[in-house]
Amino acid sequence: MVRMSGAKALVEALKRENVKVIFGIPGGAILPVYDVLYDADIWHILMRHEQCAAHAADGYARASGQVGVCMSTSGPGATNLVTGIANAYMDSSPVVAITGQVPRPFIGKDAFQETDIVGITTPITKCNFQVRSAAEIPKIVRTAFYIASTGRHGPVLIDLPRDTQIEEAEMNFDEKIELRGYKPVYEPHPLQIEKAVQLLIQAERPVIVAGGGVIASNACSELVTLAETLLAPVATTLMGKGAIPEDHPLSLGMLGMHGTVAANYMVQDADVLLAVGMRFSDRSTGNIKTFCPNGKIIHIDIDSSEIGKNVRPHIPIVADAKKALQAIYNRLIEKFNRKERSVWLNRVQELKRMHEEMVKNSGDGIKPPALMAEIRRILPNNAIITTEVGQNQMWAALYLKVYKPRTFISSGGLGTMGFGFPAAIGAKVACPNVPVVDIAGDGSFIMTEQDLASSVAWKLPVIVIVLNNSVLGMVAQWQRLFYNRRYSAVDLKRIPDFVKLAEAYGAQGLRAQSIEEFRWALKTALNSDVTTVIDVPISSEENVLPMVPPGQDLRNLMLS
Amino acid sequence: MGMEREENIYMISAIVEHKPGVLYSISNMFRRRGFNIESISVGEAEQPDLARMTITIKGDEMLVEQVVKQLKKLISVIKVSILDPKNTVARELALIKVSTPDARVRSDVINYTEIFKGHVVDVAHESLIIEITGDTDKINAFIELMKPFGIREIARTGIAALPRGMRSVKME
Repeated sequence: MVRMSGAKALVEALKRENVKVIFGIPGGAILPVYDVLYDADIWHILMRHEQCAAHAADGYARASGQVGVCMSTSGPGATNLVTGIANAYMDSSPVVAITGQVPRPFIGKDAFQETDIVGITTPITKCNFQVRSAAEIPKIVRTAFYIASTGRHGPVLIDLPRDTQIEEAEMNFDEKIELRGYKPVYEPHPLQIEKAVQLLIQAERPVIVAGGGVIASNACSELVTLAETLLAPVATTLMGKGAIPEDHPLSLGMLGMHGTVAANYMVQDADVLLAVGMRFSDRSTGNIKTFCPNGKIIHIDIDSSEIGKNVRPHIPIVADAKKALQAIYNRLIEKFNRKERSVWLNRVQELKRMHEEMVKNSGDGIKPPALMAEIRRILPNNAIITTEVGQNQMWAALYLKVYKPRTFISSGGLGTMGFGFPAAIGAKVACPNVPVVDIAGDGSFIMTEQDLASSVAWKLPVIVIVLNNSVLGMVAQWQRLFYNRRYSAVDLKRIPDFVKLAEAYGAQGLRAQSIEEFRWALKTALNSDVTTVIDVPISSEENVLPMVPPGQDLRNLMLS
Repeated sequence: MGMEREENIYMISAIVEHKPGVLYSISNMFRRRGFNIESISVGEAEQPDLARMTITIKGDEMLVEQVVKQLKKLISVIKVSILDPKNTVARELALIKVSTPDARVRSDVINYTEIFKGHVVDVAHESLIIEITGDTDKINAFIELMKPFGIREIARTGIAALPRGMRSVKME
């Protein structure tokens, strides 16, 4: 037991959780904590908007596999975190958010900068806490980190009334945490594994779908080993991109609304579908009633509430993806004779060739698929790619091959425009020696562009590639395809000049009008030690293809 | 798939942490997922730091399975079970204030109350409060009977339920 203030206890508890960095913005209700941070052994990165602090913590978590931490004051500081917390919740990212709160006697009195952040974030956190006395702080911090980083990962919020930060108490940093209502299941049930193995042995046309859970549980090598043993092609969800190297002969790319031809057709034709760490989101399945119509589905997920939520599997397995894949593999090799699957696998190659055709640059100007291929050629394999949301994101998902887990970071569930840039800053903090590139659209980048300031100030030289079509591209695409070209409220009028914008922040601004100019610009950026924005004007009439119109069968791909 | 979508009333018993915010997080989850609750009752359980919540919900098997899973996912929820109606004792308590303008009405109401094994718990010049306990059907029947006399106010607790015999929904 040591006597100290709540603020000191918080910082000490964070250190014990091995926290190296906090993304945040101070304010009145969190001042005592910032006073301790002034000479503490933790790097605090001052962001320019709390939303960016939360996204940066999220990006840090996804790139490193460690818990990301963000911090803000009460009231507006806390509500500005909300989008970032919701984003982390939808994509199961381990983030701990710490907010200041008005002093205890003022709670409920509508005091200055008071907001009910615990109430607001209840449906978008795994769990949240309001500190009632300083002595609780060490235990709450440990519990928060434990919950965020175990089971299905997710955000946890700690709300700290200002007077609990000042209050002194005897602190016990070794108190046991007890959570009677939280016992994540990691080990798969042997009987379920046995059933799954039986089904996989009999399968003639097996397909694996890997989601973000495979990456979260570091199960990528187990996934590839099992796929190679079964000779089962692997499709991924957006969140699963990187679970299998996308130049692997069994990789099909992403499935779903903007899935590849290969992924969508193979999934629909499968007789056994092994779905791992994914949740059958509407963007992945298309019309749920016609999804994988003749297939028996094995669904592995660590969150039992995901099983049976959207699709009723034939064999449910509640377990950690890594442990379940290991268990299946170990049982499988005891009795499995490698099958000849040349017809099935030839079909994969044939469908993949159709996709490759779409990458070729034809006509004038820069075509996004060719641009993605060019980015891949220039970047090293370990470079981290983040994306914004919309056309830029889907072009990257479809046409930029990813070879390693945790090198593709995108807002999957919430679809948060403005996520990619601050997430890139967080990823750069986690992996300072790796190039980090945000593939952006002009509409998305504007939403969080002010954090060019923090990126430049903290010497975190990320690269932003703005696919500048001067339009809210994905919305315009839907209006073009489904609303008779009535372009309502999507014209961005070529504002701003992104080169000048970058320069205003002390970043480097470059413009590329051709693939050759782009090649030069990206190489210049990679060799530069300052944040670089590359403005790449493209046509506002480009569609992301293939596309399955909403609510339709995955096979109904529009190709042109 | 090909499942029967038969709607039934299900009773769910949950042991939860007895602390502020828990009822909020549970009712908020029901609202956000669009689960329609017929009744919910909550009170201290066998240990003072635990509360028992009894939830009745109308739906098919898949819906009830989701309700149970989503409840279990909440960290403040410790244990959840679906109660089998055949092996469950389920009771509700209602307080009903009935107008009794004259002696004849008053004696009718008191007679009915005795038949239903209820109690008169408050007597005023022109009204009585009746306390009645039983399953939902019994309470509904009694309320129907009282309607012609003029019901002024009703307060119902919602269903509290426990499995019969040695079956239990509690902390080990």
